Amino acid sequence: MTNIISASNITVTRDNKDILDNVSISVNADDFITILGPNGAGKSMLLKCLMGFYKPEKGMINRTPHLRIGYVPQQFVSEQTLPISTKRFLTLRKKVDEEEIEKIADETNIKSLLEKPVHVLSGGERQRVLLARSLIGNPELLVLDEPAQNLDISGQLAFYKLLEQIYQSRSLSILMVSHDLHMVMATTKKVVCLFHHICCSGEPQIVTKDPEFVSLFGNDMAEMMAVYQHGHNHTHEVHNHD
Amino acid sequence: MAIIIRMKSITMIEQFIIKALIAGILVALVAGCMGCFVVWRRMAYFSDSLAHSALLGIAMGVMLDVNHNLSVMISCICFAFFLIWLQRKKVFATDTLLGILAHGSLAVGVITITLLEQRMDLHSYLFGDILTVGDEQLWWLFIGGGFVLTALSLNWSSLILMTIHEDLAMAESVRVSRLEILLMLLMTIVVAVSIKIVGILLIASMLIIAPAAARQLSRSPEAMAIFACLIGIIAVVSGIYFSFEFDTPSGPTIVAALAAIFAILFPLTNFFRKT
Repeated sequence: MTNIISASNITVTRDNKDILDNVSISVNADDFITILGPNGAGKSMLLKCLMGFYKPEKGMINRTPHLRIGYVPQQFVSEQTLPISTKRFLTLRKKVDEEEIEKIADETNIKSLLEKPVHVLSGGERQRVLLARSLIGNPELLVLDEPAQNLDISGQLAFYKLLEQIYQSRSLSILMVSHDLHMVMATTKKVVCLFHHICCSGEPQIVTKDPEFVSLFGNDMAEMMAVYQHGHNHTHEVHNHD
Repeated sequence: MAIIIRMKSITMIEQFIIKALIAGILVALVAGCMGCFVVWRRMAYFSDSLAHSALLGIAMGVMLDVNHNLSVMISCICFAFFLIWLQRKKVFATDTLLGILAHGSLAVGVITITLLEQRMDLHSYLFGDILTVGDEQLWWLFIGGGFVLTALSLNWSSLILMTIHEDLAMAESVRVSRLEILLMLLMTIVVAVSIKIVGILLIASMLIIAPAAARQLSRSPEAMAIFACLIGIIAVVSGIYFSFEFDTPSGPTIVAALAAIFAILFPLTNFFRKT
């Protein structure tokens, strides 16, 4: 598998505290990695380092030259005073032809929103627009930072479903910070638990049983995760539906 | 001042008016474009405070015998950096800090100007005196205003993207903190070159009212800037006319015209607008 980004032993220090402590992570082509961790665990910082807009104090980051990265940030509050159409927002600072816009709008189901002003869009629509923007230029890697954080449950479900579709239909890697592990459990290939250092990482089914995962998120979370798993050889007491 | 002007010949008056019109239109253009960012980025209070601190700059300029435009810019830049430094300390909220700095420096500025031996027309600095704009001031406006407009248009898309979503802009390699400093610098230029026209106390309204009135008419950021400029020009021309006709201070007359345009446009556009 081709490696597109790898960070080895990176450390980021702010105000004498290690935000990231000796973190190593690598993203391969066709990967789907979900990073989990409590607030302030350094998840966003790790993304920033990997994308190359923050240089860690220690450690090395190797990125494929000219790697095309699409970034989907957290939801934004759109300023009412700034009049801008969705289409214009999509193409702001981007070189893109009409055909590609059409295709991406179809893919992310935002065709009917293109002529609307951004500030009237709902939370879910806005997230789809951000996703659409990140797809412009045919990225090899999508980086998402808690993309569905402020959506309601059905909005989250719809968003992750769309993300899965895009992951299946395009050849790209996904690196995502998200608390909604249960929603991507079936698709994500690898889970990384971060609390300044990497506590545990691996396939979701294995990670959620890791003692480090349990100590980080508590028993409840670990048990809840167990419900979403497709395995059949574990013996949690909540796992009584089969 | 206006009385003296009236005693001179008609051609002289015409010259004054033409200069006033050119100056006013230039200010309307610069303030219209810059003002959009003031409205979008909620910098209204900041721009007002910056203008207040300009009086101290004028006092310094008189004391040190330096060009007012230059001394105002320097004092405004100092003000801005002092503010950033205080913000980093995180003891008070920004609006509290702005209140302290703005009114503190305005007060010290007024006292300094009053104490200076030279006879200075404080009134004209506070409220503007567009009918006494000279050639030198026009050059300052041309060059300063031209610089502001060029800088804004060169960075237009990046500025808009970072206004909509700062993280997204950063991820797409927009140098956000550099552009923030640029905006601040441009603001000091706008303040410095337009003091003579609208006066310290009313610069912020010049920046805010025209874009606010233009908002309801526009569906794109560029349209809003263009409408803001047009509204500003209408206000400046009618303001100069009334100011000359009724011998009222130019700044308040222009701002009153702006407010009137806003008062007419806002309910009208709100009524007819569907989305």
